[in-house]
Amino acid sequence: MTTDWREDDLVQLAHGEGAGLTRRLIREVLLEAFDNEFLRPLSDGAVLPHFNGQLVMSTDSYVVSPLFFPGGDIGKLAVHGTVNDLLVSGAEPLYLSLGLIIEEGLPLDLLRRIVHSIREGAAVCQVHVVTGDTKVVPRGIADSLFANTTGVGRLRPGVDLGAHRLRPGDKLLLSGTIGDHGITILAAREGLELGDGVQSDTGSLHEFINGLFAEGIDVHFLRDPTRGGLSAVAHEVLEAASLTVVLDEQAIPVHPAVREACGVLGLDPVYLANEGKLVAIVAAADADRALACLRRQPGGEQAAIVGELTSQSPAQVLSRGRSGAMRVLDEPRGALLPRIC
Amino acid sequence: MRQRRVTNAVPYMSFLPGQHADLPPVNGNGHPNSPLSAVRIVVRGTVQGVGFRPFVYRLARDCHLAGRVRNAITGVWIELEGDKANLSRFQDRLVSEAPPAAEIDEMNVEPIVALGCSAFTIDPSDPSAPPRVRLPRDLATCPNCRRELFDPANRRRDYPFTNCTDCGPRYSIITAMPYDRPYTVMRLFTMCEPCDGEYHTPDDRRFHAQPNACSSCGPQVALWDRDGRTTADPDGALKATAELLRQGKIVALKGLGGFQLLVRADESAAVARLRQRKSRPSKPLAVMTPTLEMAESLATIGPLERRLLTSARNPIVLLESSALRPSSLLAPEVAPKVGTLGLFLPTTPLHHLLLADLKLPIVATSGNLSEEPIVTDEREALQRLGGIADAFLVHNRPIVRRVDDSVLRVIAGRATMIRLARGYAPQPLPALERMVVSKAEAAAADPCLPILAAGGHQKSAVALWSGTQALLAQHVGDLDGPDTRASLDKAARDMYLLYQFDPAAVACDLHPDYFTTPWAFAQGKPVVQVQHHHAHAVSCMVENDLLDREVLALTWDGTGFGPDGTIWGGEVMQARWDGYERVGSLLPFPLPGGEAAIKHPGRVAFGLFLVLLGEEVALRDQHLHQHLGLTPNEARLLATMVRRGVQTPWTSSVGRLFDAVAALVLGAREVTYEGEAAIWLEAVADPAETGSYPLPLVPADACPKAPGDRSIPRADWRPLLTALREDIERDVDVRVVAARFHNTLAQWGAAAARQSPLGDVVLSGGCFQNRLLTERAIEAIAATGKRVHVHDLVPPGDGGLAAGQLAVAMASFLPSQKR
Repeated sequence: MTTDWREDDLVQLAHGEGAGLTRRLIREVLLEAFDNEFLRPLSDGAVLPHFNGQLVMSTDSYVVSPLFFPGGDIGKLAVHGTVNDLLVSGAEPLYLSLGLIIEEGLPLDLLRRIVHSIREGAAVCQVHVVTGDTKVVPRGIADSLFANTTGVGRLRPGVDLGAHRLRPGDKLLLSGTIGDHGITILAAREGLELGDGVQSDTGSLHEFINGLFAEGIDVHFLRDPTRGGLSAVAHEVLEAASLTVVLDEQAIPVHPAVREACGVLGLDPVYLANEGKLVAIVAAADADRALACLRRQPGGEQAAIVGELTSQSPAQVLSRGRSGAMRVLDEPRGALLPRIC
Repeated sequence: MRQRRVTNAVPYMSFLPGQHADLPPVNGNGHPNSPLSAVRIVVRGTVQGVGFRPFVYRLARDCHLAGRVRNAITGVWIELEGDKANLSRFQDRLVSEAPPAAEIDEMNVEPIVALGCSAFTIDPSDPSAPPRVRLPRDLATCPNCRRELFDPANRRRDYPFTNCTDCGPRYSIITAMPYDRPYTVMRLFTMCEPCDGEYHTPDDRRFHAQPNACSSCGPQVALWDRDGRTTADPDGALKATAELLRQGKIVALKGLGGFQLLVRADESAAVARLRQRKSRPSKPLAVMTPTLEMAESLATIGPLERRLLTSARNPIVLLESSALRPSSLLAPEVAPKVGTLGLFLPTTPLHHLLLADLKLPIVATSGNLSEEPIVTDEREALQRLGGIADAFLVHNRPIVRRVDDSVLRVIAGRATMIRLARGYAPQPLPALERMVVSKAEAAAADPCLPILAAGGHQKSAVALWSGTQALLAQHVGDLDGPDTRASLDKAARDMYLLYQFDPAAVACDLHPDYFTTPWAFAQGKPVVQVQHHHAHAVSCMVENDLLDREVLALTWDGTGFGPDGTIWGGEVMQARWDGYERVGSLLPFPLPGGEAAIKHPGRVAFGLFLVLLGEEVALRDQHLHQHLGLTPNEARLLATMVRRGVQTPWTSSVGRLFDAVAALVLGAREVTYEGEAAIWLEAVADPAETGSYPLPLVPADACPKAPGDRSIPRADWRPLLTALREDIERDVDVRVVAARFHNTLAQWGAAAARQSPLGDVVLSGGCFQNRLLTERAIEAIAATGKRVHVHDLVPPGDGGLAAGQLAVAMASFLPSQKR
């Protein structure tokens, strides 16, 4: 961290020791942001109202460097990441917990900005942060700030998602461009100058998913293609359902600047992380309606049908290139080294 | 009775007729005082499917000998009895008059008890033990069949599947060994009476010609439209096809080992259409001419090239662009920018008939989408080539084995294999067989257990040791696509069936992302991983019978996985078949973006300049950016990548240095296939130029930035690059600059040879498909007094990799103690 900060402006070890500074931190930074009836008592656990239905729960930890990047920050990531996991599991997200592990010396102002982001994200997704925890660790023990969120939601009635529903012929839809987040983080970390307009897509999938269900689409499988990108989702499908996934390289939307950067870096956008994109696998008969529905949502203008499942043997992930020739989309074993002879 | 067994091993000399080694006279006589005696001769080599049994039959009759001949899996067995002098005459003539396509590897003669036969017969084949004979290769139409094809009085006039014991399909139609009609797809066709008569008449040239056929009993052609509807029957199909081609249409033709795409070669628009539909923007296309005369009108053809073109193996021969004559018969789109043109003559009667009608050169390229394997089945062709071909000339003789057309180039006066396929594959590796057998004999142990070598990733091909034979199989292709991967798997299984073995181990490369690496591990056998350039070096040693020694190997290619964490490709090694030591290499340089840089040579060049000039100077040098086709943003991005080590492997590759120099000298911007920039550079180089640039050997720590092994000296390309750029800025002719670069590398090779205590130098790796580089290197190294060995029938590129992997793996499984 920079040295321009006064001691008082920085998170200190004492902030985590449970005494006055801790209470002040919680009251002034956290409670102020997340004030709601469940959190307000500040007891050891949140008592939540009774509801009918099945419970869905998901947890994720967030470590990202840098904490702030074009299009988002670790706070936004921590909300949307977990909420999106609930959403693609077929749930309506309700509550979140928030755990923060803060490295001593983090400017309080940055913490406030992150917490503000979390609040905004939670408001967008209509979830409440109902419990939380804060730890401060000595310098060097953590990298600025680590976050964990656990989300709880209610399974949408009548929704059945998962690999067991996948069938040959099913279509694979993508809600928008891929690779934006991955390339943004890489560029921010390594100081790469990218073309204009590339930023992380960190955001919520609730509108896409609500839209699909409201439309009555026969949705079989949903994923948010985060780490490992579209390729990782395709390989998950391959392994879970033993079906071949054929992606149509031409149809996959990629921001021109991302494409250009990938071209120089030698990266394939299908391997890059996304934080606000949806992969929906739907019955073939519903594919066009599903596409129209995704395109109607804000941020869904570039949604596309990018692939399909087939019973082709052996089951593998294939990518149809410009010429129509297929290549196998391998899962990289470490850094992809050149193979051209 | 004195039992004396006489064995004569005759090494394979050449596939060209009349070059068989003379055999010492054999005395197999069990009764020294009797004029009558009996012997058994077992002949191994390529002796099935080449008219060998009919030849033996006729020869025995000529020599007044009784007995029998049969194809066994262990070879051709000949049992003879008769007059002693006649027996001896028979043995001499067996070698000196053998059919043109026969290759005798080995001949064992032993006396036997007289059989009491009164005649000579051809016995049925015996399919009992693992095959020891070579599989016969497909042979192009012989002059006799060609003559009949156009003879109005002949019953096979215009019949596109005529063949005889000297020619016709073999490897592509065999389902099992030994080679006999029931073990080929010809079992689907019952011979008519006249054909059957020929097949059983000893004096007929179709006597025991397994694919024998005619229009009334054999395979038939048909012309299909894109939907698979027959638009012309057998009688009209060829005429209609010729007409379509004349109109500039693209026709998919079912050839010998797979589909080919044909289009007239003299029409720019037609060739451009094929390129566009096949997504093959600039890789040269092969051209087939109706006759040698027409081929000679297109290019100056040397004597060896002519012999290759007209041989029964019928390869595509790469001719230098300097040899091309101006002709209106070749559109510039056939081989844009490139230094060579691939020419070949008609392969089958089908090609002969079609081209004789057309009287034009045609583009005849593999029937596939770019990077996919060639199609062999008509239904598959409709599906996969439907977007390329306007019509399909098909036939009903199935193709068992996918075999592309072979490609050769004459380098340093030798036919150098570029793509090992039809007519050549499977390529025997007799030196490796001999070595393994002699090691086993010395250790009084069984020979090495069977091994399969999986090859590399691009231009892949498998090699095998079946327990009795060592072979390099046909080109499979680049393993990025699912169909090529399935093809590789199928090729391996096919070998297990044909040679009846189950490998005890599988060899592959060290590269974790080659498809063949996980494939090898998935076979459930012990795996031997062989370093890429060690495999290259040993592949050349196998071919040149150098397995008994240590050699200096210059292995120069595009990229290969190095165990020190860098990408190798400009290596100087001391190599044995059981190990190697890296004794030098090119100074490593960064490759920002990895494969992406390889497709944009300007970026490779900029990587070099970032090291040479430093980031600050290199970034200020806008003139350089322009020259290399880089935008300021791109240059900054590349610089950051190199500085931060993002997606930037380092490499000591000569192939990549070629890319960089091509970018600098020719402004090469983007390449669409591997080695393209290097090919352009070779094409422009002036062979008369003898100058060179400095490429000094420096200690490894002379460039602190470069990662990798620090214990070996490196060839420092920095002075070379500085001098080369000065030449360019002084407007020295690019032909001179390009030649000087080639000469520089050759001299580095000579310097390495001079410093080495070893007497033999092998040249291997894809860079030695470059004729100028290879010839210059041979000259320069030979001048140091060392023996220089280059490739011949095993490709110097990754197509030959499996042969080296195989030998290295075999060395590691030898029964005796290793050196």
